[in-house]
Order: sequence, then C-alpha cells, then structure tokens
Amino acid sequence: MTVLEQPGRAYHPAPPPAWKPRTEAAPLLPDPEPYRVLGTSAAEKADAGLLRELYGALVTGRRYNEQATTLTKQGRLAVYPSTTGQEACQVAAARALRPQDWLFPSYRDTLAAVARGLDPVQALTLLRGDWHTGYDPAEHRIAPLCTPLATQLPHAVGLARAARLKGDDVVALAMVGDGGTSEGDFHEALNFAAVWRAPVVFLVQNNGFAISVPLAKQTAAPSLAHKAVGYGMPGRLVDGNDAVAAYEVLTEAVEQARGGGGPTLVEAVTYRMDAHTNADDATRYRTDSEVEPWRGHDPIALLEAELTGRGLLDEAGAAAARAAAEEVAAGMRERLHADAELDPMDLFAYVYTEPTQQLRAQESMLRAELEADFQAEEEDAR
Amino acid sequence: MTTTAVAGTAAGRKPATMAQALTRAMRDAMAADPAVHVMGEDVGQLGGVFRITQGLAEEFGEDRCADTPLAEAGILGTAVGMAMYGLRPVVEMQFDAFGYPAFEQLVSHVSRMRNRTRGATPMPLTIRVPYGGGIGGVEHHGDSSEAYYMATPGLHVVTPGTVADAYGLLRAAIASDDPVVFMEPKRLYWSKAGWDPERPEEVPGIGRAVVRRPGTTATLVTYGPSVPVCLEAAEAAREEGWDLEVVDLRSLVPFDEETVTASVRRTGRAVVVHESPGFAGPGGEIAARIGERCFHHLEAPVLRVAGLDIPYPPPMLEKHHLPGVDRVLDAVSRLQWEAEWTEGG
Ligand SMILES: Cc1ncc(C[n+]2csc(CCOP(=O)(O)OP(=O)(O)O)c2C)c(N)n1
Repeated sequence: MTVLEQPGRAYHPAPPPAWKPRTEAAPLLPDPEPYRVLGTSAAEKADAGLLRELYGALVTGRRYNEQATTLTKQGRLAVYPSTTGQEACQVAAARALRPQDWLFPSYRDTLAAVARGLDPVQALTLLRGDWHTGYDPAEHRIAPLCTPLATQLPHAVGLARAARLKGDDVVALAMVGDGGTSEGDFHEALNFAAVWRAPVVFLVQNNGFAISVPLAKQTAAPSLAHKAVGYGMPGRLVDGNDAVAAYEVLTEAVEQARGGGGPTLVEAVTYRMDAHTNADDATRYRTDSEVEPWRGHDPIALLEAELTGRGLLDEAGAAAARAAAEEVAAGMRERLHADAELDPMDLFAYVYTEPTQQLRAQESMLRAELEADFQAEEEDAR
Repeated sequence: MTTTAVAGTAAGRKPATMAQALTRAMRDAMAADPAVHVMGEDVGQLGGVFRITQGLAEEFGEDRCADTPLAEAGILGTAVGMAMYGLRPVVEMQFDAFGYPAFEQLVSHVSRMRNRTRGATPMPLTIRVPYGGGIGGVEHHGDSSEAYYMATPGLHVVTPGTVADAYGLLRAAIASDDPVVFMEPKRLYWSKAGWDPERPEEVPGIGRAVVRRPGTTATLVTYGPSVPVCLEAAEAAREEGWDLEVVDLRSLVPFDEETVTASVRRTGRAVVVHESPGFAGPGGEIAARIGERCFHHLEAPVLRVAGLDIPYPPPMLEKHHLPGVDRVLDAVSRLQWEAEWTEGG
C-alpha cells in the first residue's frame, strides 16, 4: 500500500507555487571540448607580440623547472614539485593579471609566481627550507605558496570581496590542482564567491593526478569545469597546454570579474610530466605509454609550431629565448649553491607582534646554546 | 590487561623497520577480520606516500584498501558511517597538518559517538597520523599535533617508540572498540630499534607505559620520536655518573599513572621530554600529575624539555627546535644542581 492508497481523506495537492531560478540562467555549462587556439584558424588573429612574449616565458619556465629539479637532486632544495608540461598554465595565470590583482598559488605554482615577476630564488624559499615564505605577499600581490590543499581558495574570495568593498578594481586569481577540488574548502570558496559575486577566478590545473590518484577516482563529474554550474558561475574548459587559449580564457574571466560579472571556474586540462615530487615514484601508478602521447602535445612545441608557421620565430629568435632562460638558470644555480644565510634567532622574531615571556626565555636559551657552540668551535680551531 | 602477541614465526619473518611493522600489523589485522578496511589518500596502488600500506590493495583488493578522493573531512566522516555499520576503518591522514580539515569530524563525532548514544554506537576506528619533525619536511610536514587530540575526551592517543610497539599497538588500536588516534613518529619509520630477542614478544594493550631503561638518578618520561633521544641521553649521562631511568609512555590517553608514579617515586626527579611545543603541551599535564602524586618524593621540580613555542620551523632551522640530547642533559643537570643546593643547605 502506498501513501496515496491509504484510507482517509483523498489527497489532492495544490500545484506548487511557480518556480523560478534565483538568478537569470547564464550559459554556465562549459564547452564540451577544451577551448583551443594554437593549430586552429583562430591562432591567426592572435597578436604577434603576445605570442612571442608567451613563448619567451614558456622557454624560461621550462628551464626553471629543469634547474630546480636538478637543484633538488643536489640537495639544494628540500623538495620541488615540478610544473614541466604545465608551463602554459603557469605563465597564462600570471599574465592574465594586472599589477593591482592578486595571485593565490598552491605549493606547485612557483613558476606562476616567477612569471608574475617574483625573484626566482625568493619564490623557492619554502622549497629550499630556509623559511616558509620568501617574499612580502602585499608587495608582490602573491599570497604565500599554500601547502594545505584548497585552503587558499577562501582567502582569495575574502580578499576579492574586501577589495570590492573598498572600491578597488582588484581581481584575485586562485590556483588549485584537480585533487584539491575534492576538499571542502573548494566547495565553500566557490559557493561564497558566487553568492557574493566576488571578483575571483578559480583556475584548476587538471594535470591528471593527485600524487597517485587519477582523476577518475577523484571525481565522477564529466569535467571539473562542470562543477561551476551548481554554484551558479560559468565553467570554462581550456587546453592547458595551449598558452594562447589559456591566456585568452583567463584574461576574459579576469576582466569579467573586474567588471562586476562575478567569478568563473576555469579547468585547464594538462599533464604532469614529472613525478609528483622527487620523493615520488611515478612508475608505481602510471606507465610510459600513458605519458608518451602528452610529449607530442608539449606547450612549448605547440607555440613554437605556430610561431615558425607564421614566420614569427627563426633560429636566432629561438636561440635568444634559450639564452635568456639560461641566464635565469645560471642565476639560480649561483645563488642556490651558496649556503642560505640563516639567523636561528628569527625563530622567535615573528611569532607574535610582541614576544611572550616564555618566548623570551627560550630566545635566551637558544642564544646561550649558540654561543657555547661558537666558543667550542673556536677552541677546536686553536 | 589484554596483550597482543607480536607475529613472528608463524606469519614469516619479523618486520625489520617500524614502517614494515606497521604494514604487517594492518595486513595481519585485515587477514584476521574482514571488517577491517583501510582507506585514505594514495593508500592503494602507491601504498601511501610513506609506503606504509604497501601491498594491502594487491592482497585484499581495492575495496578493502581504498584510495579516497582528496578530502580529510570526507575520509573521516565516511569512516564514521562505516563504523556505524559494523566495519573497522583504519584511515590514514597523510601528514600531521593535513589531518586538521578532519577536526570537525574527529571532535564533534568520532570522539563522542559512544557517549552521546549511551554506549549504543561504538566507534571502532583507527586514525593513523604520521607526525613530528626531523625529516627535513617543508611547512605543514612536521607538526606534532598530539596535544590537540589528547585534549579531546573520547579518543585514545597512542604512539610507538620501537618496532615491536609499532606492531603491537597498531594491532591493539584496530582491535579496540573505541577510536584510537595512532600517532606514527615519522622520523622513526626507518628505525630498527625494538626487537629485543631476550624479551617476550608481547606488547601490552593500549594504556601501558614501559620502563625502557632502569635507573636511579632521575626519570625521563617520554614517548614516540623522543624515546631514542632519551635513551641516548641516558647513555651519555653515564659519563657524569648519572643513572637515568627512561619511561616510554606508549599511550598518552589513557595515561599510565602507575608506571610513571612508581618510577618517579624511586628516583625522586623527573624530566618530561617531547617534541611538540611545551606551552599547554602534553608535558604540562604529565608534570602536573607527577606533582600531585609524587610531591613528597620529589627532590626537585619536574622539568619539561619540549619543542619551542613556535610554529614548526623550516627544515634548515628545525635542529634548533627539536629537543636533543644536550637539552635533556642540561635539564638533568639542573635537577642535580637543585639537589646539591638543597643538601648543602
Ligand atoms: C589538506 C591536504 N591534504 C593532503 C595533502 C598532501 N598532498 C600534497 S600534494 C597532494 C596531491 C595534490 O594533487 P592536486 O590537487 O591534483 O595537485 P597537483 O599536485 O597535481 O598539482 C597531496 C595529497 C596536502 N598538501 N594538503
């Protein structure tokens, strides 16, 4: 017996009140295919200066990744999460922003910070291990590289809202990996951003894996960009190895946010060519045959083909880009081969505005220890 | 007191390292009880970032050793539901600081489910938390979060300092009908200490401390990653003519007051040693208890040697934060000085 078959008064429900969506339904669904420019007719419209600029940044970015990876093998960095293969996302994210805007990077996005103009060595402070953040976030408008996944996303929303409340035309661009989209903070950030129509752009770099876990085990959604719909913001799907497409989509999203159009979720489809970090063994969860096809879809090669096809790049131009990249790498080597200058007393300097009594006592203890060590070394030397 | 036999002969060779002992404990528990399920980030095919779950997915299938989406609150929250339906989840929080998103589930549900249901709904789940520093990890990879867990009634908090305890305590944790936060000192993962062929291969269940080294001058009360530090300090102290007793707590909640009290009453002096910050840290509770129970036996105040009261430092500076042998010996010498001063009038 169903509920309706129960004896008693006949049930004649009134029709429900008219339903209407909270906001006008904008075209929120992402394109069925990642948006591409390079290799299509749309590329002809792309500005030559922009293409060259992106190319230079990509070549430098690749070299930066290689150099940092080498430095890790030499023990000069504690760890380095490489973005080889993801340089286009990194560069596009940085270039889509104006100076007044803010970048909220994840722990993997060192290169985006460098492409925004940060000193390459300062950007590596966290990963070298001399301090947690090597720069002043407000000066560079780059939040600290964020290790706990997705936790920087609500910060970006809050900052963007604050800027809007103050009347500034600032946009925050927040970066997160595919794995990070499973965290509760991702959900809360997107929901707040949409409700507040905060000037934020969320960039998900879908590089296929969260350490060892492939995207299919991370989400059952057709794409990560689809997640936007449920929050009431547009989702865009873009080829993350196509620097021009990524730049266009992000620039459009940033400008829409700046103009009061609210947040956008951008999923850039890319691939992590290296292991998660040097501590990871990628052969445990993927085969060479899976990695191989992505070598043919390399962000630098894609742009290079376009540039040479249009006669915008010759061997001399390519050599100049490589030389510029080499210079950055040489600078990194030189500065990172020198031992970090550390003052252990800094441990106490920034815990509070005013150190507590307990911290002062601990400070004296450490100072005495260091002096004793120093004196012992002097004695030994004599 | 229940004891857990340490698997040795029957199931093959003894694990050599603490990491292997932990793997073996889960393997044996899964083989013995189909209700035991392991889950977490990267625990399947990869075997976890520290390889502690290595081989479990192959042996027991991906339903019993499951990679989850990357979401700690989700991992612990779904484990609560699984436990309500009779399973015994063993979840991994990948690193100490990445367990924080799961605090809501831990504090609001895991720890109090039994209490709020008047015993009707036990929470037989184990939460494995690799913790502590000394491995050169960058920010958020070196926290010692045990004080937060200890401050939450309803949770057991245990931490091994030896290979044998790693096996025995993890078996006991999985067998427990109460939630256990199982703190794994990650810098001891590769340590081989603790299979003593002269000792019976049994580890008492949760709640028993052990005297790792008998002594008469003073008691070092410690646990987890600081156990080897204290044993080393005790060796070095012999040069000074000090004979130090080392008590390894193994279980922070419940806290074995008998073993600690008996030891301190014998020696009359105590130093509590741990890596997590000292202020409002585990040592404060322990020292207070010793004060309450041993006041008339004490020759000197109970001292604490702990990590500094700072956010966990970057790897290049962590050596200044972690309590090492010298700081322990220094504290012991301060106890001695107090004694001389008292005796000398
Ligand atoms: C809250 C939290 N849980 C776990 C980790 C450990 N961890 C570091 S990176 C990583 C995988 C991240 O994957 P994804 O979000 O896809 O970013 P990607 O590494 O691919 O850039 C994990 C699990 C973490 N940093 N933070």
